[in-house]
Amino acid sequence: MQVQGGSQTQDYTVQLEVFEGPLDLLLHLIRQQEIDIYEIPIAQITDQYLQYLEKMKDLSITIAGDFLVMAATLIHIKSGMLLPAEPGSQLAEEVEQSRNELVERLLEHEKFRQAAQMLYERETVELSVWPPEDSEFEDEEKELISANVFDLVSAFNRMVERYKDQIVLEIQHEAVSLEEKIGEIRRLLSVQGEFLFSLFFQKKISRLHIAVTFFALLELTRLQEIRLVQKDLFEDIRILAC
Amino acid sequence: MLEETLPNQILAILFVAKEPLTLSELQDVYPDTSVEELRENLDQLVSEFNSFQQAVEIRQIGGGYRMTTRPNHHEDIRNYLKTKPSAKLSLAALETLAVIAYKQPVTLPEIMDIRGIKGTSTISTLLEKKLIETRGRKKVVGRPIMYGTTKEFTLHFGLNDLSELPTLEELQEVLTQ
Repeated sequence: MQVQGGSQTQDYTVQLEVFEGPLDLLLHLIRQQEIDIYEIPIAQITDQYLQYLEKMKDLSITIAGDFLVMAATLIHIKSGMLLPAEPGSQLAEEVEQSRNELVERLLEHEKFRQAAQMLYERETVELSVWPPEDSEFEDEEKELISANVFDLVSAFNRMVERYKDQIVLEIQHEAVSLEEKIGEIRRLLSVQGEFLFSLFFQKKISRLHIAVTFFALLELTRLQEIRLVQKDLFEDIRILAC
Repeated sequence: MLEETLPNQILAILFVAKEPLTLSELQDVYPDTSVEELRENLDQLVSEFNSFQQAVEIRQIGGGYRMTTRPNHHEDIRNYLKTKPSAKLSLAALETLAVIAYKQPVTLPEIMDIRGIKGTSTISTLLEKKLIETRGRKKVVGRPIMYGTTKEFTLHFGLNDLSELPTLEELQEVLTQ
């Protein structure tokens, strides 16, 4: 978990371990001294933690805000423990609670680090067997570029232009709701997996339909249910299920 | 006669299968044979094949069966294919993935809380690699997107299904030992 980070000046080299986050650093300090997480000597660990931040500062490593938040938490617990407080008083309880929360977070974090280690080992084994995972699908994907909202707007304009004569302009009583349109697109996708944007314009449709279709596509994209891709700029947009 | 040769027939299918072979796929091929019988034959094939084959094995992975080489031959195969070991996931990505695997469906704020780090870059990497997918939005303030693992995830880590992962309690026990 620790990446060796180096910083060089003219006459000396310092190696300082770089930690991914404050929990990582704290765990390292605790494990280094082989202390039980439940029995953290807060005062001692706080001093070491702050010393480490100082060292980072000396080496001009930018200290992420998360590290400072943790420093504040540690100092808060430490100061609370220093103050004479009667057992059971509100202050004592508050300090106890912050301390327990910290211990819980450390334990939780450590479990997931262990889980990451386990995944790492499994991955190492899996990368040593053949056939490897099929990557055919990904290769096809690479030829596609993903379409953004501007592509979608311009595609709409082109379609409207192309099918201008077919568009029925008089007011009709057939109202279509956004939900219905979204449902229609979902059904199409579940049957076909993907379809072309121009499909919407193959039958006569009203302006209302065009507008609702547009919103439905935007909404489904936002919900990450669909992806819009095209082979090249200004090509027909393909709508894929995510 | 069919019963005697069924394991061999299945073996032939396994040999050409590109994706892990599932029982329902086998059922399509042998509609007259019951699922139980297919499973029995498959189990028999797997145990017999794996007991005498040292280089290749049949494994249960991603909800199906697949024939792969055993890991101990990776150097020979790489030398033959002239490929380098594939890039592994970064530890940050693995940690995020671990949180998602155990807590799914889980949102980014929840992931960041457990890891004690702010950062979204690993999520996009994992989505790109199709190891995770979105699972709609959580009905809380901000409607954050929820994430879960995919079938690719099980394949990537050699799992048949998620239940094969050791529980967090088991991992905790390893730590305290």
